[in-house]
Amino acid sequence: MVTDCDAVIIGSGPGGATAAHTLTRAGWDVVVLEKGRNHLLELEAPYGPLGHMSNDEIKFTRRHVLGPDPMLEPRSFRRDESDGDRLYVGDVNNLPSTVGGGGVHADGKLPRFREDDFALLSTKGAIDGADVIDWPISYADLEPYYTEAERLIGVAGEETNPFAAWRSGPYPMPPGADMFGATLTAPAAERLGLHPYRAPTGANSIPYDGRPACVNCGFCGYYGCPVEAKGDPVALLRAALGSGRCRIIPEALAVGVTRSRNGRTATGVRYLDLSVGPGTGDPPEREIRSRYVVLAGGAFETPRLLLRDDLGNSSDQVGRNLMVHFQTLTAGAFPFRVFGASRGRSVTHVHDDHIVGDDAQDAAARAAGLPWIRGGLVEHGGAAGPIQEALIYGPGEHHPVAMVDSSLRERLWVFTMQGEDLARPDNRIDLDPNLRDAWGGPAGRMTWSPHRHELVASAHIGPILEEVLRNAGAEWAVTSTSPPIGPDAARHPMGLPPASRHIVGTARMGHRAEDSVVDAEGRLWDCPNVVICDSSVFCTSTGYGPTLTLVALAARTTRLLAGTPLSGAGPGSDRR
Amino acid sequence: MGDPSRAEGSNNEGILDHAERRTLVALFDTLVPPGPVSDDGSPAVPGAGAAGGDRYVEALLGAFEFDPPRIWAGGPSSGRHGGEDGFSSFLELSGWEARAWRERITGWTEQYRTALAKLGVDFADLDPGERRARLSTLDPAFCELAFEHACESLYGDPVYGGNDDGRAWTAIDFRGDTAPAGWTDAEVTHPYGSNGPPW
Ligand SMILES: Cc1cc2nc3c(=O)[nH]c(=O)nc-3n(C[C@H](O)[C@H](O)[C@H](O)COP(=O)(O)OP(=O)(O)OC[C@H]3O[C@@H](n4cnc5c(N)ncnc54)[C@H](O)[C@@H]3O)c2cc1C
Ligand code: SF4
Repeated sequence: MVTDCDAVIIGSGPGGATAAHTLTRAGWDVVVLEKGRNHLLELEAPYGPLGHMSNDEIKFTRRHVLGPDPMLEPRSFRRDESDGDRLYVGDVNNLPSTVGGGGVHADGKLPRFREDDFALLSTKGAIDGADVIDWPISYADLEPYYTEAERLIGVAGEETNPFAAWRSGPYPMPPGADMFGATLTAPAAERLGLHPYRAPTGANSIPYDGRPACVNCGFCGYYGCPVEAKGDPVALLRAALGSGRCRIIPEALAVGVTRSRNGRTATGVRYLDLSVGPGTGDPPEREIRSRYVVLAGGAFETPRLLLRDDLGNSSDQVGRNLMVHFQTLTAGAFPFRVFGASRGRSVTHVHDDHIVGDDAQDAAARAAGLPWIRGGLVEHGGAAGPIQEALIYGPGEHHPVAMVDSSLRERLWVFTMQGEDLARPDNRIDLDPNLRDAWGGPAGRMTWSPHRHELVASAHIGPILEEVLRNAGAEWAVTSTSPPIGPDAARHPMGLPPASRHIVGTARMGHRAEDSVVDAEGRLWDCPNVVICDSSVFCTSTGYGPTLTLVALAARTTRLLAGTPLSGAGPGSDRR
Repeated sequence: MGDPSRAEGSNNEGILDHAERRTLVALFDTLVPPGPVSDDGSPAVPGAGAAGGDRYVEALLGAFEFDPPRIWAGGPSSGRHGGEDGFSSFLELSGWEARAWRERITGWTEQYRTALAKLGVDFADLDPGERRARLSTLDPAFCELAFEHACESLYGDPVYGGNDDGRAWTAIDFRGDTAPAGWTDAEVTHPYGSNGPPW
């Protein structure tokens, strides 16, 4: 077969960037198709920053500069079938659609999972109404790739978390400066028996890999970094481009994987060239032929592409078992400014205690008739910018007084617990029956509602977090959740769909083709020269951010593909 | 990136006429009004209208009068805290992005024209109670849009037309953009110096 390259990679976020980096290092020629614009780096040597990232609340939070524009690419949401075809249309869990994907504006807390996260069924047991399973790989299998991922991205951290899994090497950088609010809440958490630590973060605390140290600009989560201190994924993309073996094509929307006549072998990718049009007819369709195809569009867009292309779904598992983090948001207002919305990296401290659990947590589970509950990583962080605050207050005379007082911005400190979400087959991404994107393709639809596990865990842990805030000196503390629950849910300022941008599990990996989409090495059971390199393949959500793990998995999958596995890799790596 | 020069053949009159802009200023000042002068003499929060809210809306509705359109300011810095002024060189939009923004702006322009006409040319001369009564006759969806734009104009970067000289930021003690200087580690961790927080 005549090919244009060894692999086409769909998506340039942390997963796709990792694939590009690994494969080019192994001597492969790759083409990265990215449907979004390029605001990140020059695509010609020396691949410098484009200078589009800035401390600009309007551009990043009000005007979709990093895409996707919901007018061009709408998504729909419903909680379950009783909501009808859809409850809401617009921005549903949108991660940026741009060169670099969601990594560009994430604030990059990058913890590893723990050993038991990969064996949830074995260690904790089943729960009615949820599809709790073990992963087909273990922490030991992934550990060398975690180490590689931390080094490539540049993770600043320290080894003080008593609950952390074992690691084969230190963090490449020490942690950056503590945010002031965390210097109040971390000791308070300790006083109440918790174990906070400095968050492992993908932002340089010292000059690293040719990029400068973070300047604590205060515009971190939801913003691109103006000084390029965030390593994820610019470091990986720049290295891939620098190999001379990688071409990134922005504004290229992959719409199908071309296959051999029997459908079992991918031969390339069809894409719409969005750099053309509108006004000159539809965007032209183009094709790139390749030996392998890497899907890295993220856990929403990858199943959408598989479903619209009728690929990889013989098990009827594509799109199912969607998991997001059920967020418990506990906010406390201090009698003085804590500067959480203006100085530092959005979050500098975290604690894991509610993942590990204790006797009280077990008792809360039993009281609710559940065998166990697990919460998630609690991020000790600041609030949002002044426009966001101004919008919350509503119009009227009180507005300027409230803004100066700033109880919802500069005096506010927020705990965000990324609560573990249990897999359920009916929580899924599928194709909306009517809604279309600007180019006529079926829009993705999210159907998602929490299991009782998430609600019970949140109800138990919220009051603990409130107590920590009050102990730290907050005048008041209040807890809400995203997605909102209860009778006032429809009026919640964060909207009905889950606000968490951690989305996983829509093409899960497994040992058997009957109940999974990819094998333990990330290959589609139905078409083995297609691999998935994003968080679609996750078997459980865990209570940790997905990005470091998806990067480690992408490194593992593509190293196994290229025949360059890391030593120390455990079972699975020798089964090729 | 490119200079925000007006596109060839553009209409220098602007999108809204003088009377509409006067009404708009009054509308924004009603939704997001000025704050009281504080006892310690620190500057009061300006009203969203008086601080340039009409210029903000005019720049947004007239974004495509410029090339590149004035939708996304450039970067990476404004020049206020080191670096050069990259903000005033607006970013290019792709053809598809431009289509979405043109459609959005066409809808907003229609909404503004309808609502400002309904409020009437005398709206700015009314007292606050009368203004509120007139506001209650408007489409709630427009009121929501106008409030959002009022907040954006007052607390967004001055490059978008509102927040005159960063006056609103000064009033709420917000530095605004900080890069590339940012904050020192000490300013982040110990903003109150060695005295600790003012308990
Ligand atoms: C504000 C914020 C903070 C966050 N903080 C954290 C954190 O602290 N820790 C953490 O672990 N995670 C965090 N995240 C989540 C993190 O951004 C995602 O987990 C990560 O970006 C996922 O990487 P990915 O490569 O799988 O997908 P994405 O980053 O979504 O990248 C996928 C890319 O593929 C492109 N694409 C999709 N479909 C197609 C197609 N058909 N054709 C061409 N291109 C396509 C998309 O445009 C996109 O650019 C945060 C996210 C946000 C928004
Ligand atoms: S806080 Fe640091 S890492 Fe985050 S955007 Fe600002 S300079 Fe970059």
